[in-house]
Amino acid sequence: MNKSKMARGLVYFGASVTFGVLGFIVLFILIKGVPHITPSLFAWNYTTENVSLMPALITTLYVIGGSLLVATPIGVFTAIYLVEYADRSKFVVKVISMAIDTLSAVPSIVYGLFGFLFFVTFLGFQFSLLAGIMTTTIMVLPLIIRSTEEALISVDMSLRQASFALGAGKLRTIFNVVLPVAMPGILSGVILAIGRIIGESAALIYTLGSSTNLPHSVFSSGRTLAVHMYILSSEGFYVNEAYATAVILLILVLALNGLSTLIGRKLAGGGK
Amino acid sequence: MIRLFKQKERVMNGIFFISAFMSIVSLVLIIVFMFTNGIPVMRKYGFSEFLFGTVWRPTASSPSFGLFPMILGSIYVTLGATMIGVPIGILTAIFMAEYCPNNLYKILKPGISLMASIPSIVYGFFALQLVVPIIRDYIGGNGYSMLTAMLLLAIMILPTVIELSESAIRAVPRSYYNGSIGLGATHERTIFSVMLPAASSGVLSSIVLGIGRAIGETMAVVLIAGNQPIIPDSLLSGVRTLTTNIVLEMSYAAGDHRQALIATGVILFVFILIINSIFIVIKNREDTSE
Repeated sequence: MNKSKMARGLVYFGASVTFGVLGFIVLFILIKGVPHITPSLFAWNYTTENVSLMPALITTLYVIGGSLLVATPIGVFTAIYLVEYADRSKFVVKVISMAIDTLSAVPSIVYGLFGFLFFVTFLGFQFSLLAGIMTTTIMVLPLIIRSTEEALISVDMSLRQASFALGAGKLRTIFNVVLPVAMPGILSGVILAIGRIIGESAALIYTLGSSTNLPHSVFSSGRTLAVHMYILSSEGFYVNEAYATAVILLILVLALNGLSTLIGRKLAGGGK
Repeated sequence: MIRLFKQKERVMNGIFFISAFMSIVSLVLIIVFMFTNGIPVMRKYGFSEFLFGTVWRPTASSPSFGLFPMILGSIYVTLGATMIGVPIGILTAIFMAEYCPNNLYKILKPGISLMASIPSIVYGFFALQLVVPIIRDYIGGNGYSMLTAMLLLAIMILPTVIELSESAIRAVPRSYYNGSIGLGATHERTIFSVMLPAASSGVLSSIVLGIGRAIGETMAVVLIAGNQPIIPDSLLSGVRTLTTNIVLEMSYAAGDHRQALIATGVILFVFILIINSIFIVIKNREDTSE
């Protein structure tokens, strides 16, 4: 009886530490940061006076948009291949699957180094939007592949059979029957990818660079919000602005999380 | 008409396969570019000098590239983070799977996902602003220490450990639970002696993933670890990890120095590959044991 009580105490203790820390971090950032969110932080151009985060915010959107544009089709097609076409016992399929697992374990700093060596130096992109986008594309690919794969697997086999029975071909079945049903799962993968890109700094600092300007073409450098915040906090001159930037990052992440919870509910409720 | 149709199917089949093949291409490119840039400099100065040399003086006139302090630093910090983070994570996972009332669960579960998606730079900044001063004022040293890095990484691996352990516990058949309760065991005893051992391979793989996350973390650690390239002699001494070694010096490194940083990345990459193979072995064992 006593042992049971102690075990229960431990469980409650562990959970309170976790949620206590989480709540504390969120509140700490909000309380310290919200008062420093001023209109000048959202000025169009960055100067050392206003330390505007607007160029960084827009660059973040560019990087997200660019990466998704490349990674979503490749990721979804890969998942379609693995689930609908591939013979799982074939060697090449096993290698593909292992490659995806390994890619998802590679740390962002290694992606950053690779991006620097390959896109920035070897292909000659310099520090640029393009180099940043390509690096994050490879980084988020496994996220999109794995969630699409799960979504496709969970689509009922009878739906496919019904479609075949009605005379539809394999492609038509995939695009008109399977994909629409799997859509919420695919979307949640895309949201995961967006979250990963928003939070990324190590992979971007030596590929996208850290220019404070808004990039005017795919070959010019910029900085995302997370990189902006890293530079602010490592320099230590603009602590208040760093707090405010942290709040904006938190809000973005919270909004994304809300969205994915909504989609998750839809996935649990609908789809059947 | 039918031939056209067949052709379209075949073309799309090809496109799907090429897409899937891109993952292999990416991985091969990463390995080739990292290794061809990192290995020559290691050969030039000697592999054992790189791995076991204790002096990191990359810009001296006769440079010395001993990565041992950083290798040890990464291992220490990761072990510390695991020792603090894993028990708390597993206990929280047990809470989520077996204790949490349904309506509370609806609030706490998104909390865990939020914890996983807070950018690492925000964690690092929080530790810089709060944990560093607390350690400086109440424990000692200047606050930029191995202990700070361990605490921070312990927090950062929590969501990984919790999410995977929770689903492992939930995957244990409910009949195990009922059987144990039927034999007269308490709820707690059932969880700790029946459910947790049954979920052990899932819990183990969550720990391995957490270790991978801790060893690969960069931008949060660089803000708070002090970054001296020395073998740390106490919890309060500063530490430099493999990841932070790269990010600290990459902006101004050139020549052999730059290649040596890429070699640092290669060593980190090899660590990750080893951790990942352990993960795959555990996962496969789990699949075959069922």
